[in-house]
Amino acid sequence: MSEPEEVLRLAGVCKVYNPGTPQETEVLHGIDLRLVRGELTALIGPSGSGKSTLLNLIGLLDSPSAGELYLQGRATRELDDRARTRLRNEAIGFVFQFHHLIPAFSVLDNVLMPLMIRHGKPDAADIERARGLLAEVGLEGFAGKKATELSGGQQQRVAIARALVTHPALLLADEPTGNLDTHTAENVFELFRRFNAQFGCAVLVVTHDPRLAAGCLRTIELVDGRIVGAPGAP
Amino acid sequence: MGGSLWLEWKIALRFLLDNYLQTLLILVGITVGCAVIVFITALVTGLQSNVIARTLGTQAHIRMLPPDEVNRVLPAPLGLLALDLENPRPQRLRSISNWQDVRDVLDRQPDILAVSPVVSGPAMGRRGVARASVALLGIDPVRYLRVVPVADDLIAGRFEIGAGHAVVGKELADDLGLDLGDKLRLDAGEGREAIVDITGIFELGVRELDARHVYLDLKQAQTLLDLPGAVTVIDTKVADIFAAEDIAVRLARLTGLKAESWMATNGELLNALRSQTMTTQMIRIFVGLSVAFGIASVLAVSVVQRTREIGILRAMGSPRGQILRVFLLQGGLLGLLGSGVGGALAWLLVQAFNRFGARLFEILVEPTLIPGAMAVATLTGVLAAAVPARRAARYDPAVAIRYV
Repeated sequence: MSEPEEVLRLAGVCKVYNPGTPQETEVLHGIDLRLVRGELTALIGPSGSGKSTLLNLIGLLDSPSAGELYLQGRATRELDDRARTRLRNEAIGFVFQFHHLIPAFSVLDNVLMPLMIRHGKPDAADIERARGLLAEVGLEGFAGKKATELSGGQQQRVAIARALVTHPALLLADEPTGNLDTHTAENVFELFRRFNAQFGCAVLVVTHDPRLAAGCLRTIELVDGRIVGAPGAP
Repeated sequence: MGGSLWLEWKIALRFLLDNYLQTLLILVGITVGCAVIVFITALVTGLQSNVIARTLGTQAHIRMLPPDEVNRVLPAPLGLLALDLENPRPQRLRSISNWQDVRDVLDRQPDILAVSPVVSGPAMGRRGVARASVALLGIDPVRYLRVVPVADDLIAGRFEIGAGHAVVGKELADDLGLDLGDKLRLDAGEGREAIVDITGIFELGVRELDARHVYLDLKQAQTLLDLPGAVTVIDTKVADIFAAEDIAVRLARLTGLKAESWMATNGELLNALRSQTMTTQMIRIFVGLSVAFGIASVLAVSVVQRTREIGILRAMGSPRGQILRVFLLQGGLLGLLGSGVGGALAWLLVQAFNRFGARLFEILVEPTLIPGAMAVATLTGVLAAAVPARRAARYDPAVAIRYV
């Protein structure tokens, strides 16, 4: 069996906030990490350990102060905003704690948004794909509804459909169940597991919930800006 | 990404509709501002063209007169300083020399529409015991009516001034008790007299002219004024009335005559019109500015309200330029919609003014006014949106997305 394709690799990534000022804080110290296709990884750690910072870096929302971040083998630190933005659209899907749909748009438009950003007016294939994903998350009847008319769990399922509509290589989830009750959280997490298997993307879930972390193939623990426990490669 | 502005339009429209109360409020503001600008522009344009039409309806645009007579002073012998005590010369009625040639030269000027030689001088009008001082105007009616359309202001009879016929003003007719067909004795002094039949009575609405002007045949007036074959003034009409002064200066140099433009003889009026134009301009600028600031502040609020959504869009790969365009489009759309409704409102106001107002004059809305105002308002909207839109585009997505 061939080696699974590498999706993400971090080499000695550091993040320093307010460099050169008295408020200088180094949040991440030399992170090495590698994620491959089909992997479902949990990122755990206490508050203030740098989880959100690491997720921002991996999601190309921020750039490291030192070290290099390779997304699908491509070095990203020197990329300009335009290139990073394009790469985000093509390779990464985001799911946030507070689902973060755009309330002014319908459920279907929300799911289609990454495709519309990519090439404007969606074609029939785009709409079919979005409807298919809505069906997969059990919301086929909600396509025309406003995002605000849905419950929290439903909104989070829409957000997952939206994150997957571009078939990203990497799916990032920031405490995706933190805002949901246990039962709903279990259902949502089940979706991550299913899509991870179905689409073969690498999934990185930041969570506080030890039971969810236990359901993942691999757990990375971040403490004071350093990875403890499981080392870089699986 | 994308190429077309499809998604930008979709998001801009959604954002505006989603916050419809805010949108409606600012639209009302833009509408009122734009209606004020369009209405006041139409009003002042109408007022001014009316005043100018009335003023120029009764006088020539440029009058060519013989140069003033001046004393000829002998130069003092070399080395001596002469102190001269001068009495200004009386300006007797004089002919324009070679006036036929001057007329032909003026006829060939492309910016002059009509040329009319006139012989003009004072006389006494008598009927029975009533007397009135009058101004005789000997004219070639075909040429003269092209310069001053007196025939349009006839209230009785015809504009017919063959030999022995005269057309007089209403005030003069009232003073001397004249009616159509009555005879008027004209006495130009030194025994030169004529009796003419009244064939027409005009009312220009300018008291001075209605009380004094007597139109005669050119030849008859020349005889009465003892200026055989002569004219004392050449009246002209120009195409561009506001170029009259420049043309007058040129004509004076060209002909060696004195050229008086309507602008020089109506300095007060011109001054009033200029200050009116300036005042209107100020009003337009300040109303336009307050509309622009209104749009800018509403969009600034909207950008803050949409912080998280902007963050989400950016996280999903929406480039900065796209966010910028979404907000610029909103500004442009607000300007376009508000000015469209405002323009329509102003148009209705003008119709109401024309129908129910004092009817002193008619306001015409120039066909370019409303489209022009809409174009300016749209551009203003886009410019006003520039600052908030730049701010939105510069949000750090990682921060914006956690904004509550």
